[in-house]
Amino acid sequence: MSAQPIIVSASPHVHSDRTSKKLMYDVVIALIPAFLVSIYVFGFNALIVTAIAVSSCILFEYLIQKFLLKTEVTITDGSALLTGILLAFNLPSSLPIWMIIVGSLVAIGVAKLSFGGLGFNIFNPALVGRVFLLVSFPVQMTMWPTAIENNTTLIDAVTGATPLGVIKEGLQFGETMTEISTKIPSTINMLFGFTGGSLGEMSALALLIGGLYLIIRKVISWHIPITLLVTTAVFTGVFWLIDPEHYANPIIHLLSGGIILGAFFMATDLVTSPMTKKGMIVFALGIGIITVLIRLFGAYPEGISFAILIMNAFVPLINKYFKPRRFGTKIKSKIV
Amino acid sequence: MLKTFPKGGIHPTENKITSTVGIKKMTVPKVVYVPISQHIGIPAEIVVNIKDKVEIGQVIAKSGGFVSSNVHAPVAGTVTKLDLIIDTSGYKKQCIIIRTDAKNESNFEDIDYPLKTEITTEPKDILQKINDYGIVGLGGATFPSHVKLSIKEGTNLDHLIINGVECEPYLTADHRLMLEKAKEIIVGIKILMKALHINKSIIGIENNKKDAIEIFKKLTAEEKEIKVAALQVKYPQGGEKQLISALLNREVPKNGLPLDVGVIVHNVGTIFAIYQAIQHNKPLIERVVTVTGKKLENPSNYWVKIGTPIKDLVDEVGGLPEGTRKIVNGGPMMGKAIKNLDVPVTKGTSGILVIAEDEASRGEPKNCIRCGECVYVCPMGLEPHLLMNLSEKGMYEKASQEDIMTCIECGSCSYVCPSHRPLLDYIRFGKSIVKKLNTAKN
Ligand code: SF4
Ligand code: SF4
Repeated sequence: MSAQPIIVSASPHVHSDRTSKKLMYDVVIALIPAFLVSIYVFGFNALIVTAIAVSSCILFEYLIQKFLLKTEVTITDGSALLTGILLAFNLPSSLPIWMIIVGSLVAIGVAKLSFGGLGFNIFNPALVGRVFLLVSFPVQMTMWPTAIENNTTLIDAVTGATPLGVIKEGLQFGETMTEISTKIPSTINMLFGFTGGSLGEMSALALLIGGLYLIIRKVISWHIPITLLVTTAVFTGVFWLIDPEHYANPIIHLLSGGIILGAFFMATDLVTSPMTKKGMIVFALGIGIITVLIRLFGAYPEGISFAILIMNAFVPLINKYFKPRRFGTKIKSKIV
Repeated sequence: MLKTFPKGGIHPTENKITSTVGIKKMTVPKVVYVPISQHIGIPAEIVVNIKDKVEIGQVIAKSGGFVSSNVHAPVAGTVTKLDLIIDTSGYKKQCIIIRTDAKNESNFEDIDYPLKTEITTEPKDILQKINDYGIVGLGGATFPSHVKLSIKEGTNLDHLIINGVECEPYLTADHRLMLEKAKEIIVGIKILMKALHINKSIIGIENNKKDAIEIFKKLTAEEKEIKVAALQVKYPQGGEKQLISALLNREVPKNGLPLDVGVIVHNVGTIFAIYQAIQHNKPLIERVVTVTGKKLENPSNYWVKIGTPIKDLVDEVGGLPEGTRKIVNGGPMMGKAIKNLDVPVTKGTSGILVIAEDEASRGEPKNCIRCGECVYVCPMGLEPHLLMNLSEKGMYEKASQEDIMTCIECGSCSYVCPSHRPLLDYIRFGKSIVKKLNTAKN
């Protein structure tokens, strides 16, 4: 017999090979296509912003856990890395470095660790970081370096609005959608990623590839992203059908701004989304409706971040009311 | 689409390395340790004394009540000791220790009797014999079979379901039995149908045992009353409630029994034991045990006398391999880890699994990331992460409201949790407290 003692522990004696760390890294992998597009579009800046966000998220987690909370340091579990990347993806590539660091501190220190760390946070840390920056530094947070124009030249220094910003502004000045549509990128450009906006929102296609990877790997289920996209499409579609001159069509809404990034990567955050599929559908429905309301009638051109955070707050309630059906509570059970 | 139960379930890696190894007869052990409580319910009462000579099949402990079962001498020999021995539950249990006679012959020696298809026993005698011959559920629950079969007048019963699912990874005892004793099992089914006055039965087998499905399909081609159903491979389909839901789409009510939906379920092993009891007057003194593990020299299936020390079984397959870290009585999902090999095989032992270093230790528990996987896989529609938290915090009343008692302890939740949370450990603990609180209340 072996020298080491026999282990007596309770069943089950086998485990699937999934770990939370692997899940986190799978999300990181899924973000690679979008990251590559952002580098292509924004060049070196994209790299800098991401590097700063990631390293400060990890560093803050380390420092706070080690010296402030004096708890186990969990920087290797992949969650701080992921928060860093997601935060960067939600920022303009021209954001001053110190602001990125402040955003990271808010994300990790306030949104995550003050709640008790991974798993205990109610709000998505990256989004809390982003919204904090947006509210504190609205000017810098909405200065978007214009992306490659005509797919060839990078006009890095010029700042412009995002398609959603252009639409919002145009409508406010009484322009019609026909007039506005000449000022926003074509659908094809939006699909491939040559629009304006924050780092990770660029290419709908790259994000969809990543999202598909997550669904295939069963890291996320389709319930949140699909419900969210369908809700947005239907809701904006209704307005567009009623008055196409004053409302952008659903395709523009889906492809611009953070809807796709939000649907696949932010709203699906395991920790801050509901536990059951039913709950997920309700959650995503709520996000979709709030997003559209903000986009169409709110003060901001973009609303997905707010919408996700608002719905994050309802997750405990959703979990309470949308429980799985207990086995053995089906009313009908026919006996022949 | 193959049938299966609708909610939850997992597909653990199968590792059925012994599925092609025929059942061998295990060498008769020199000493057997026969516990008097090998079933759910009241322990049997010892009716032999030290130094008594016993014959194979002789009653050595008599049923202690209705929910209890007789225990028979598995070998011929001399009672040397009545002693407390740690059994597979990890607790000390009263055992009858018998030294086997050098010459150990008997009329029951052989499981290879000629097939006897004609059923002459009357229904009420069938039940009596099942009781007398100590038949208990061999699927692992070891519920005394006569109790399960004693059905109140007026109960609406329409289906006998035969559980040939064997969804536990590694185990192949039922699979081999179905391949080698199919004809006997069919007779056993007919015996029960006669005893229960029902004319519909379904044999449920998972689709990873195509050969067994094939055999039963062929054998029942002419029979209108016995159906064979191939099921999608999904754990824990061998659970009674899951199996009924898979085959008949009926849901056993919460806190209810299969009888409430007109069904009675028996494991194939039990059916074979019933066949032997009724047709050949043979008590339950041996069973098929899968002895397996990736590192074993000769993993195999054996006919094993009840009371055989597990050490003898492990020796039979070449001894414990280097680096063994865990020995499990049963399958990897629901089996019990045992401390050492001095534990006897009982009526409920379906397999012995020897696990090496790499699989034996559990992952370090991390924070729950609220991924909902445990909720998704729970076949009972429970919220394991919630039940675990409630147990951990001592909120047993709440846990009870959240249906902790309906957990079937399948372990699917612990199996999938990416944070390696010991969900089932806490749920079991919570259940035990809730049970105590409930009995205190009544
Ligand atoms: S809670 Fe119980 S029934 Fe549900 S998966 Fe866990 S062990 Fe199985
Ligand atoms: S599977 Fe584990 S990590 Fe996921 S919700 Fe359940 S307990 Fe938490």
